[in-house]
Amino acid sequence: MARLIKTEKEVEGRYEETWVVVEEDVLAQWPAGPLEIVGHDAPKKDGLERARGLATYTADVRLNGMLHAAVLRSPYARARVKGLDLEPARSAPGVHAVVGPGDVHVLTDEPSYPGQPVAAVAADTSWQAREALKLIEVEWEELEPLLDPEEAVAREELVEEPRRYERGDLERGLAEADVVVEAEYRTATVLHNSMETHQSICRWLDDDKLEVWISTQYIWGVRDALARQLGLNPDDVRVVCEFMGGGFGSKNGPGDYTYIGAKLAKRSGRPVKCALTRREENTATGNRNATIQRLVAGAKADGTLTALGGEFVNAVGWAGFSPMTGGPMQYLYACDNVRIAEHGAKLNSPPNAAFRAPGFVEGTFGLECLLDELAAQLDVDPLELRRINHLDTDPESRAYSSKNLMECYRLAEPHWERRHEVRARSEGPWKRGVGLASQIWFGGGGPPSYAWVRISKDGRVTVITAMQDIGTGTRTAMAQIAAEELGVPLDRVEVTLGDSARGPYASISAGSSTTPSMGPAVRSAAGDAARQILELAAQRFDKEQRVLSLKGGNIVSQDGGSWPLGQICELLGDGQILGKGARGPNPTGMRVLTFGVQVAEVAVDVETGEVRVERVAAIHDVGRIINPLGARSQVEGGIVQAIGHTLCEERLIDPHTGKVLTPTLDSYRMPTIADVPEIVSEFVDLPDLHLTNLGSKGLGEPPIIPTAAAIANAIRDATGADVRSVPVTREEMLRALREAREREREGVVGAPAA
Amino acid sequence: MPELVVNGQRHETSAPVGATLLEVLRGELGLTGTKIACGEGHCGACTVMLDGAPTLSCITLVHTVGAREVTTIEGLRDHPLVHSFVRADALQCGFCTPGQIVSAAALVQAIPEPTSEDIRHHMAGNICRCGAYPRIEEAVLTWRD
Repeated sequence: MARLIKTEKEVEGRYEETWVVVEEDVLAQWPAGPLEIVGHDAPKKDGLERARGLATYTADVRLNGMLHAAVLRSPYARARVKGLDLEPARSAPGVHAVVGPGDVHVLTDEPSYPGQPVAAVAADTSWQAREALKLIEVEWEELEPLLDPEEAVAREELVEEPRRYERGDLERGLAEADVVVEAEYRTATVLHNSMETHQSICRWLDDDKLEVWISTQYIWGVRDALARQLGLNPDDVRVVCEFMGGGFGSKNGPGDYTYIGAKLAKRSGRPVKCALTRREENTATGNRNATIQRLVAGAKADGTLTALGGEFVNAVGWAGFSPMTGGPMQYLYACDNVRIAEHGAKLNSPPNAAFRAPGFVEGTFGLECLLDELAAQLDVDPLELRRINHLDTDPESRAYSSKNLMECYRLAEPHWERRHEVRARSEGPWKRGVGLASQIWFGGGGPPSYAWVRISKDGRVTVITAMQDIGTGTRTAMAQIAAEELGVPLDRVEVTLGDSARGPYASISAGSSTTPSMGPAVRSAAGDAARQILELAAQRFDKEQRVLSLKGGNIVSQDGGSWPLGQICELLGDGQILGKGARGPNPTGMRVLTFGVQVAEVAVDVETGEVRVERVAAIHDVGRIINPLGARSQVEGGIVQAIGHTLCEERLIDPHTGKVLTPTLDSYRMPTIADVPEIVSEFVDLPDLHLTNLGSKGLGEPPIIPTAAAIANAIRDATGADVRSVPVTREEMLRALREAREREREGVVGAPAA
Repeated sequence: MPELVVNGQRHETSAPVGATLLEVLRGELGLTGTKIACGEGHCGACTVMLDGAPTLSCITLVHTVGAREVTTIEGLRDHPLVHSFVRADALQCGFCTPGQIVSAAALVQAIPEPTSEDIRHHMAGNICRCGAYPRIEEAVLTWRD
């Protein structure tokens, strides 16, 4: 039965309390541990399609009569368009439509960041569209940009009100401390760089009926945003995304390119594809913003934390949001006195966008490095320091739905123990060391989300839901859940997704919410179908329904009878069994979080400043694991991205003009296969007994969170140097080494730098 | 009109001088397995083979291909690497995967039993933003299993 309840919804660390219609979650959880199909390795259901190049991504969709758009973007960080002549573009070969400021709300004559769209063209070919753009004459008045985040904060140029959090009294905590450490940490702006650039195709079926193919993480969000902006009925906007080539948080909405494409499509009466180039992608589709973190920690001599304080500056850009960089400080440790302030600087730089655990990646780097600097001062083992300050109940006195962080620490011990042997392998200029860092994040998902299950006479099962698989293996995990519940082999189950007109509402694929939001809905739909099969079986075999169950492709009776499922299905003829299911509510008043710890091993060349990551062990607690193979892939991918953030990735802008200097993949350097260390992943794999019929949390984001700090802490272990900014370029590594040598000369080992 | 041999099939192309091989493969021939991700030769998503040598089709002018035989992912449909990639979970979003498999196919053709070092050297030009690298290495190491 559907009920109207008030529940908390969390996406990317933001809680909202809303009324939602939820359905009862009647199924009891499965027992812990591997089952028949859930909990076992499963290669991707759509693996062959993707590997053979048959999967149709938005980039591969070609509609009859389709035009291609090109967008004129501001070359300046801040400028005024004093004159704009679109006429030459209108008469250029192949051009069907041209739009400028005033035609679409995202086009402007006062661009405020480099890459902000000003005008756009649709032509028969993308080459013609780009050529036509060159004919547009623009008279620019270049204006002084604001690029320094500290200056923006001082001038109170902010994207939103500062977020402040306080418990206890920070000054009192510092006064009670035996040791206080203070340090400033910085993280650079980094770019998502999904392999498939942002793009969409818009086709109008009528003046008020729109179809959109788009590379997105949230087809329903795109649908609703377009409907709202364009004044359409949401059901008159169909959004399709069958396969997509990566998002990492940057593809949660329609984006300016879709609004531009929709207008050009309307003007031209033709479908219009607006696909960004890599250079546009790396300028204007979002980023993980840079941060400056001024942190302080105080502790008693026994390691008990007495104070944690942080002033955080998020260099957000012209628009976007100020992420919870102080989140780890707020949630991770038992400490009575905590004070946090986060400022989101509004700058003439490209807007940020959510990027895999926004805020927590950056904030964990600062906090977990600070903890190790504290551990060095206290002469307490870093792992022990984290155990001493383990938080048993949430600071707001809410119970955790489940928390196995202590178990993660226990599983980390053998990896942590390796440090003596690793250090001993230092030779010549190459110093080796081991570091660790803890992880905390959300990832509980929430309602609403729905799924349907269809079973035909041949016994094949189709799961239908209008979700998207962004590459995380969602199709496979959902198929495993349905197969488990129905007691059929995995190859009998297919999952149909990716079309808002052809399936029920499904959750966003962001915020590590896909599995915890969708999984329970799919299980519930499969359970509904299973119940119907057993109803029929009870009649057919003259049994009481309560003694029957589905197992191994059979209908099994407690009294020993067993019949192939096909014996019921073949009775269906053209009839079908249709199950429906919904995601139930989250546990009321409980904090649903994910936890983990990573242990990194590094080698540092103290002469050149080169850093190599040699091994990372990751232990995460995300509830029940559906597909261990896919889970390991998620962990490895998160760690590889984190290594990029930590050692080589940095979006550079000219500090005077604001121009993005790293728009290409040779200037913006991402890890390659040659940069990957040995990665060991382990999971606690205990269902969260309070969370849904599945007990699973999300895993997309947790693995990218602690890696940077674990690497930085390993660098300290190897060299005694405190790196305080990422990426750890050779300059930063050599600076930290110099500072450590000076400190040693002055005989104040381990003292914080001024 | 210049001729092109793609996956053993002869095609005439009407592409203008200056068109890239990638544009012709995707646009004219509809072979969309070859992907465009950067369009300037930095990422490897557009990798095809020319007479067995891995080549970036986004920066190869179609009129320079000549008689060399083009092999795209569509021509490697049943290559054991396709299956080893799936088995090893060597793909996430899959957008770079055709290029990865073409590069790997060229590698195993030249070195049938590549070591990890061979793989890390020969495949470093194929970027995978999802970070499936450990599994890609495993897929290539176990391609004949």
